[in-house]
Amino acid sequence: METVPKGENAQTSLKVRVWRGDAAGGEFREYAVPARENQTVLDVVTQIQREIEPDLAYRFACRVGMCGSCAMEVNGRARWTCRTHVKRVAAPGEALEIRPLANLPVIRDLATDMAPFFDKWARAGGTFQPKDAPDGAVPAEFSVVPPESKQRREADAGIECIGCGVCYASCDIVAWNPDYLGPAAMNRAWTLVNDVRDGARRERLEAVSGDAGCHSCHSTQSCTERCPKNLDPSSAIAGLKRTLFWDSLWGRLR
Amino acid sequence: MSARAGRHLWVAQRVTAMFLGVAVLVHLVTIMVAVRGGLTATEILARTQGATLWFAFYAAFALAAGLHGAIGLRNIAMEWLGWRGRGFDFAWLGIGVVTALFGVRAAWGLYVS
Ligand code: HEM
Ligand code: SF4
Ligand code: SF4
Ligand code: FES
Repeated sequence: METVPKGENAQTSLKVRVWRGDAAGGEFREYAVPARENQTVLDVVTQIQREIEPDLAYRFACRVGMCGSCAMEVNGRARWTCRTHVKRVAAPGEALEIRPLANLPVIRDLATDMAPFFDKWARAGGTFQPKDAPDGAVPAEFSVVPPESKQRREADAGIECIGCGVCYASCDIVAWNPDYLGPAAMNRAWTLVNDVRDGARRERLEAVSGDAGCHSCHSTQSCTERCPKNLDPSSAIAGLKRTLFWDSLWGRLR
Repeated sequence: MSARAGRHLWVAQRVTAMFLGVAVLVHLVTIMVAVRGGLTATEILARTQGATLWFAFYAAFALAAGLHGAIGLRNIAMEWLGWRGRGFDFAWLGIGVVTALFGVRAAWGLYVS
């Protein structure tokens, strides 16, 4: 009987096309790494950097889907690479194609500049503003937030965002309008709009209004489909629109 | 355009859309009723001349459609052609008002002639 080396099929190799370059431009280069039974896209990139191209730039930290730093475009779609198995995105014998995340400036190779993404979180009012403690002091009493209340459940639905940028890279509106806040920032804003302890509801709703905000979203749901945490930014944005609609009609917001 | 103005445009577009939804139904039913037994100018004029309610309905219909369409086309032009900014906003306002006025003038014609 033929024996295959444990954990690895030495005969087969995996073809990988990796985008190399910087802000000025770049091109794909081809590499070959051993094809293994179990390997993630991040494993492949790491293999290339350790064994073939020591100067390949990319970013990761936790390797377990918590930090949100490893997202890249893999075979045409934004994904978290540390939790994406190669066999899930490429059929046996098929090549991998890895590019830096779309809709963000490239620093070098597979590393993008996430600053615009996080700047927009700030612009969308992504910081909790305690109602009872305007100066950031700790309130004397803890707020009671019933876990089953509607608002708490709305907030819970979006709270697990890891800030990976996959949704941002998958949104056409971000590509068309560089000012558009994007799904993650507005998903965050919606969790805070539903936080009964928060005192900045009004300012936040103003911040996510208009052409750069929720009103430009077409509910196409690429963000929801691609979010590796299975969050639903599209519905969060619809919630913002709904809230703003009624607040505008009843004059709660001018 | 400020975030507030953008929000108001969006609200205006949804409210006009709701009105258009109802108005189209009324319009269709009127057409179906009107064409029974043939459609003649005299018959149409008999219904609309001096009928203030019909005039109000068609004028509101035209205004809503003009504004609704201009707001929607503005969104598309911003995204697909990058037509953003004050100048374009005024141009769209003009287009919306002009298309609405065409409709209002037609309704007026049926009302007074
Ligand atoms: C006649 C009844 C009409 C109804 C009920 C209606 C309804 C709607 C609704 C509900 C939307 C929002 C879609 C969304 O959320 O993306 C919409 C968008 C739009 N409507 Fe209408 N509409 C009508 C007539 C018109 C007319 C006459 C025009 C003329 C040009 C028009 C142009 C548009 C455009 C361009 C959009 C896209 C806006 C965007 O994507 O941001 N509509 N319409
Ligand atoms: S639903 Fe809205 S935010 Fe999400 S990808 Fe589509 S346009 Fe972008
Ligand atoms: S919403 Fe999902 S895809 Fe978007 S940044 Fe958060 S975890 Fe990533
Ligand atoms: S490395 Fe942390 S999420 Fe992938």
